[in-house]
Amino acid sequence: MLFPLKPLPVAPPRVVITGAGIVTALGLGWKLNAAGFRAGRRAFRPVTLFDVSRQRVKIAAEVDLPKVLPATQLNRRQLERLDRAGTMLVLAAQEAWQQAGWEAAENLPLVLGTTAGGMLFGEAYYRQALHQPQRQRRQAIRAIHYQPQVQARMVLDALGFSGPITILSNACASGSNAIGHAWELIRCGQAERVVAGGYDALGEMVFSGFDSLQALSPTTCRPFDARRDGLALGEGAAVVNLETLESAQRRGAEILGELTGYGTSIDGHHLTQPHPQGNTTLTVMKQACASAGIAPGEIDYLNAHGTGTLLNDSSEALAINEWAGRRAATLPVSSTKASIGHLLGGAGAVEAVVCLMTLREQWLPPEIEFETPDLACKFPIVNRPQDTRVNVALSNSFGFGGVNATLILRRWA
Amino acid sequence: MSKIFVAGLGAVSPAGWNVAALRDALDKGEPLPTQTVARPGWEKPLQARLVPNPPARPKFLTHPRLRRTSPVTHYAAAAALEAVAALRAHPAAKNFRLGIVVCLQSGCVQYSCRFYDETLKNPATASPMIFPETVYAAPTSHVAALLENVVLAYSLVGDPSAFLQGVALGAQWLEENRVDACLVIGAEETNWIIADALWHLDRPAIAAAGAGALCLCRDPKLSTGVELAAVTDAHTYSARQDRTQAAQAMRVQLGKNSSGELLCDGIGNSPRADAAERAAWSDWAGSRVSPKRILGEGLMAAAAWQCVAACDAVGSGKFSAASVSLVGSNQQAIGARFVRADFDISHLSAAATTGNIRP
Repeated sequence: MLFPLKPLPVAPPRVVITGAGIVTALGLGWKLNAAGFRAGRRAFRPVTLFDVSRQRVKIAAEVDLPKVLPATQLNRRQLERLDRAGTMLVLAAQEAWQQAGWEAAENLPLVLGTTAGGMLFGEAYYRQALHQPQRQRRQAIRAIHYQPQVQARMVLDALGFSGPITILSNACASGSNAIGHAWELIRCGQAERVVAGGYDALGEMVFSGFDSLQALSPTTCRPFDARRDGLALGEGAAVVNLETLESAQRRGAEILGELTGYGTSIDGHHLTQPHPQGNTTLTVMKQACASAGIAPGEIDYLNAHGTGTLLNDSSEALAINEWAGRRAATLPVSSTKASIGHLLGGAGAVEAVVCLMTLREQWLPPEIEFETPDLACKFPIVNRPQDTRVNVALSNSFGFGGVNATLILRRWA
Repeated sequence: MSKIFVAGLGAVSPAGWNVAALRDALDKGEPLPTQTVARPGWEKPLQARLVPNPPARPKFLTHPRLRRTSPVTHYAAAAALEAVAALRAHPAAKNFRLGIVVCLQSGCVQYSCRFYDETLKNPATASPMIFPETVYAAPTSHVAALLENVVLAYSLVGDPSAFLQGVALGAQWLEENRVDACLVIGAEETNWIIADALWHLDRPAIAAAGAGALCLCRDPKLSTGVELAAVTDAHTYSARQDRTQAAQAMRVQLGKNSSGELLCDGIGNSPRADAAERAAWSDWAGSRVSPKRILGEGLMAAAAWQCVAACDAVGSGKFSAASVSLVGSNQQAIGARFVRADFDISHLSAAATTGNIRP
């Protein structure tokens, strides 16, 4: 039963990650992405997915999808009904599932974050309804498959498990919130294992939306650089398999890292602009540290939300300065949006997997194009490839509407 | 384990801008009149049940954050304010930490269509004012700004059954003492594209718009005399469990109901779409109310209306308990039961009876 809740455990169980899957413009899977992030490779190119000839900005980080998907339990009809977003989601989920070595299960929760779900179906529906109104073909399929819960069901069917689906759409914090919510489900005893992640595909409407706001960089996306002039959009997905430490050890599973802290709250300042002083950012970083039982001095790397917009980065910088205190001067910070763009609902999940990579492989992801620090930044921005010891990483995500989320991950050694 | 109570209800529907209007419509039991919605490229318009204009411009629309918002935000805000009105007036709740969970299926479709239309015509002139209002999280953000003391907010997307996931999430936040009260809101707006999609998927259904809200709390003194007794598991549709089986599993989990109970079901006018839910409740001999028959297919708002009607019926004292059945369109089946709180509620004002009861 979802309610009454199972009694809260006397002590919340430790939550570990035993599977991680990632799809970005850097490539499909952990290996390609780790190599790309480690080198600070930038994956932007002219947009080919839709017409941008009349847009102000014409580049984004597009994913090259395989022509044929690896074998799953999806049938031919289901495969035909996967759009880009659904395909990236299934690819990431499959990689995580295989890495975790999980088998078909009942009542295994799936928690996903997305802002657009199957919006590409929605766009196609709209165009046909408006321009070819008498043509009915595929409209019913589009009306069903634009809904994210239907894409989530594809994950269940592809991997052969069943369980409750929760879709969080807290804008660009969605992916972090999904993983954080999954962490809470395990910590409060509602589940022993959860699949969680986030995804979003590039679409014409969303691209146009950010372009209309003049939020897209017409030059180069450079988070926290004094010369920054906007964000770049990307697309992708990431999925993690979370389970109690006891469950992982019982199975003899390889543990990729531990999720130790989560904080989330809402900033009522403005629909699209963060509070200038980063009040809520500060709150969620403190919450996450409190739940992890650590101090800012114990964080070895901070993966910032760092969109590259003037307002976001200055607000986040002020919050980091205040939260980190004296540690700020030596705390390595970077935003991997400089490499793959802003993945919106997928951003938080992808960046959590990037943090896992840094913990597993002991390097920091640089922002290669970063040159001139914004005066607000009292912390060093990682701008060249760097191997170093990383035991604890923190990831920030903030969304339109003001929901902020922070995750803390610990190295498993 | 804390008990969870209902501290207030709110509703905006084709019947009007409060719970009383919803109750009156359900009491009368007659389907509300429909309005026409022009369908591009077609001579014959589609039918919908729209929310009537409010009798007076709601005061909350003067809030700076709500000036350019879309109808779904207006409905969510109105339902939210009605649901928290008693709580906000109570001295004990003055500094309450509030959580909100806003549940949506189609979300901000009016501005989405408008913005995409502008994009297709000429992206260089697409309005930056409209785009932020297209995101699912926009109503949540605006309601949080309006209520001010919100510390935790999620936007849940799913089929209408997700409303009860929202209720369970609110209960969890209360249980973990992360909030002192939690508003769970289901809201939708409609336009030609929603009516068009329904025409493709469920032809007898009439699209509707509005919102419903439940305010949950732990303190029985703040309750309306209604307690959340159960929310079943989410019985997800999959290759191994079809909609009929999921509905049956939900029904089994709700258990044997007593004769004095009310069933608030999600049955509309669609033999095909309603078949799974009808089968699951085929043995139900008690009283029953089907808000969608009266108000239309309000998607997530309709799920919220079912819960509001159930709580209103129990709070009024007419029923000792009410079950809510949500057999969603493409995600899952979930049920819930609300019961009369087992403490003295004589201090509560008697609510009017709820209706459209079909023994």
